[in-house]
Amino acid sequence: MINLTINNKKFQVEEGTTIFDAAKLNNILIPHFCYMENVHQIGSCRICVVEVEGGKTLMASCVTPATEGMVVHTNSERVRDVRKVIFELMLSDHPKECLSCWRNQNCELQDLGNLIQLHEFRYEGAKSKDVVDSSSPSIVRDSSKCILCRRCVTVCNEIQGVGLMNPHHRGFSTFIGPSEDELLGESVCTNCGQCVLVCPVGALKEKDSTAAVWEALYDKSKTVVVQTAPAVRAALGEVFAYEPGTLVTGKMAAALHQLGFDYVFDTNFAADLTIMEEGSEFLERVTNAFTTKEKDHVLPMITSCSPGWIKFMEHRYPDQLAHLSSCKSPHMMLGALTKTYFAEKMNINPAKLYVVSVMPCTAKKFEITRPEMFSNGLADVDAVITTRELGRMIKDAGIDFRSLEDGEFDSPLGLSSGAADIFGTTGGVMEAALRTVHELVTGRELPGIKLHIKPLTGLSRIKTAELKIENPLPAYSFLNGVIVKVAVTSGLKGAAELLEQIKNGTSPYHFIEIMGCPGGCISGGGQPRPVNDAIRTMRLEAIYREDEGKLLRKSHENVDIQMLYRDFLGVPLGHKSHELLHTVYTQRSKN
Amino acid sequence: MSTPIYQLKRVDFIFKDEKDWKEILKNSINRPAHELINELISSELKGRGGAGFPTGLKWKLAAEVDDPIKYVICNADEGEPGTFKDREILSKVPLKVLTSMAVCGHVIGSKEGYIYLRGEYFFLQPELNKSIGEFKDYCNEINFDFTIKIFMGSGAYICGEETALFESMEGKRGEPRNKPPFPSTFGYLGKPTVINNVETLAHCYTIFEYGSKRFYDLGVQYSRGSKLFSVSGDTPKPGIYELELGMSLVDFVDEFGDGDTKAVQVGGASGFLVPRKGFRETTIGFQGKLTGISLPTGGSMMLFNSSRSMYNVLDNYLEFFREESCGQCTPCRVGCQQLLNGIKAVKRGEKNAQYLNKLMRLTETMQYTAKCGLGQSVANSFSAIVENFREEMIY
Repeated sequence: MINLTINNKKFQVEEGTTIFDAAKLNNILIPHFCYMENVHQIGSCRICVVEVEGGKTLMASCVTPATEGMVVHTNSERVRDVRKVIFELMLSDHPKECLSCWRNQNCELQDLGNLIQLHEFRYEGAKSKDVVDSSSPSIVRDSSKCILCRRCVTVCNEIQGVGLMNPHHRGFSTFIGPSEDELLGESVCTNCGQCVLVCPVGALKEKDSTAAVWEALYDKSKTVVVQTAPAVRAALGEVFAYEPGTLVTGKMAAALHQLGFDYVFDTNFAADLTIMEEGSEFLERVTNAFTTKEKDHVLPMITSCSPGWIKFMEHRYPDQLAHLSSCKSPHMMLGALTKTYFAEKMNINPAKLYVVSVMPCTAKKFEITRPEMFSNGLADVDAVITTRELGRMIKDAGIDFRSLEDGEFDSPLGLSSGAADIFGTTGGVMEAALRTVHELVTGRELPGIKLHIKPLTGLSRIKTAELKIENPLPAYSFLNGVIVKVAVTSGLKGAAELLEQIKNGTSPYHFIEIMGCPGGCISGGGQPRPVNDAIRTMRLEAIYREDEGKLLRKSHENVDIQMLYRDFLGVPLGHKSHELLHTVYTQRSKN
Repeated sequence: MSTPIYQLKRVDFIFKDEKDWKEILKNSINRPAHELINELISSELKGRGGAGFPTGLKWKLAAEVDDPIKYVICNADEGEPGTFKDREILSKVPLKVLTSMAVCGHVIGSKEGYIYLRGEYFFLQPELNKSIGEFKDYCNEINFDFTIKIFMGSGAYICGEETALFESMEGKRGEPRNKPPFPSTFGYLGKPTVINNVETLAHCYTIFEYGSKRFYDLGVQYSRGSKLFSVSGDTPKPGIYELELGMSLVDFVDEFGDGDTKAVQVGGASGFLVPRKGFRETTIGFQGKLTGISLPTGGSMMLFNSSRSMYNVLDNYLEFFREESCGQCTPCRVGCQQLLNGIKAVKRGEKNAQYLNKLMRLTETMQYTAKCGLGQSVANSFSAIVENFREEMIY
């Protein structure tokens, strides 16, 4: 243990604790800015400097370890003085257009301003950057607002392993982004939006689609259908000051109806459908692998629900695309069904249908622009808005979210199982698939407490599990005794590790779930801020609560899904499914 | 302040021939590590790059770390405006530097050394590589395992900062790291590393050759030995001179000035500017309790005579820092630019003279909060120029 004194009080902390953490553990808050717990501690903004007695200069508390006998002052005259000047320097190179900034009132620079209380600008001067890059369908980079905290650099490099966001040039001309003339929309950016999630100011934002959605809502000639992804209900509440992990499924459905959407569907319905299709595809691949001599089976099969992950794969491993499940992501399936099955059923001209997806994801905005996501010249989904954008629309419409009575999803694309709920968290798709696959193969329920596969839950980067097939049904007798090996990862750095194994021929797995964002969709790039592991855990628990609270826990038992196959699709992997629910991938360049 | 006791004394160690290098190498690597460390410690040699960290202690710290892989790096990224001595050392007596690197390898337990050569010094590379080849041949001959390679810098001033230099060598963007950890435990590739300036290594050779006493006897308390000075500016005899440390600036100006010196910039753009009235009380060396105002320097001594506009001098420095800041920490990245804007605004009359005081507070913030020496040192020249040549700043 280390003894140190902070602001004249003596404390003991464990060796290796930073001054910042030592203070925090003892309820002393040191104003800070670029710091992100466990993720980004580089001491670049210098807001968190403190005075250490005997030191020639002040120390950045977030990176300086506490040492024995250290005497620290976090609020001395000098500390408060320089903090003010540093904050002023930050502002001197930042536009003062707060009222028209989309981060107004939700901006960490404003929060810092509330702490620091600056009443005059002494240092006015040059602005270093003015590039606005809106070439990407998902993310807008407004460099004029960038404060160079480098959080996006850390997540893009250290966590996602994409390595696109980096500092360029030097000195005052330093800017963060892709290299000089490279546009986000033409780069290897996966659109995951993790950078958007951590940006403290308005420099990185989702490309706003609310205007297009409002326009559709006001267009009397259009039937506007909305669907919501599993993870949205576990986080939307945070926009309205609910505790993280509060489920607001009913209020969300009610708010969507109030906003004027004609039909409110649940992407979860399509998650169940995905399990039917993807589970069948997996069984088909496994059957080929175990019963035919030809080497045309490609295992492991990898999930394809996460468009950020898909684009990463297309750039980084263009020769391994056959490992990807051919299933479209759930909201794309639902979009395609809305404009066919639903349109037919309701006798609506599909061209007059406008489908909006509410997603925890910025990459979905890119996904809907892919040419494969059009059927008969019509986009499967017309607009994607993130959880944050939906929050803004609800506020904009003057809806008092907290006092809403719970509403319901509409039929026939609204009913879903608990297996669909857990799509929203890392490990969920795998568990949902195995609930169905195991039962199809053995005729018995997936073993495990409450149908969960414990090793696949939680926030670890790479999770693995083995499932032994015992006494299968006669049709699958060739699988008797086979141990099915699965792996789950979230975040693209883990994905690259698993893909390297596949590339080297050393992957032991049959089935892999990959989600582009750490933790899965619950902390997708379109979710409310802030996101940290504590909040991830609360959202994750909410998702499992939603699952466990349902009587219907398995996708193949969803009666509306059964009806869909009976009335429209036929069988999983059938002709109609291939036409509407499956897709192909594109080889993309590595840089 | 104290009257200078020591007159200007020329010394000739560094550029003295290096013909005995084989013998010195052989003798040194046959001495136990602790003995060599003690030799350096008792010489009181301090780092000649400008920061003045005791060299013996630096070697000792790295020697004490238990790791099979360690590195010796010679910092030849000589980028401080007004310094050009390392270039001369590397072209005239490269084997001295190589020898000391190898002895350091012996002391700390390292088999690999690198010379981080300033990008603009590419022309030194062929000759230096020849010396390295000759050196390697001899090492093989005496069965001593130490390899030296050149790593070319790419022109960024900040890469002379030791941790930024490591980053650069690792193929990353050259930016200073947080300290601690220090290079002796976590340097190049995260391994224990000794990084010494070219001149420091050349002095080590002198100490190995003549013993610590010869070195210690030169200079004054806290500032032992001699030092190379790169003399430039308004002087009839620009060049490189080896002088004893502890000299008074007034003696220096008497020797090198043109009779009209109004200020001397000691230690390059990041160093200290001394106006005429301060010459008498200033000595050149490392800070110590007894030495009064004593200014360390990496060797750059720039003289300005009365024809020079100190506004232009400062403008030039700030332009330099604005561009050479690595761009990582706020105080340095934005501060340098706003200082530049600030003095221009005062000069143009857009801001009143009092604004200079606000700018002084800004430099003070940079001094206390910038991540590395670059940002911290901007205050030195700024405050000296603004305080002593205020009129030139305004009109």
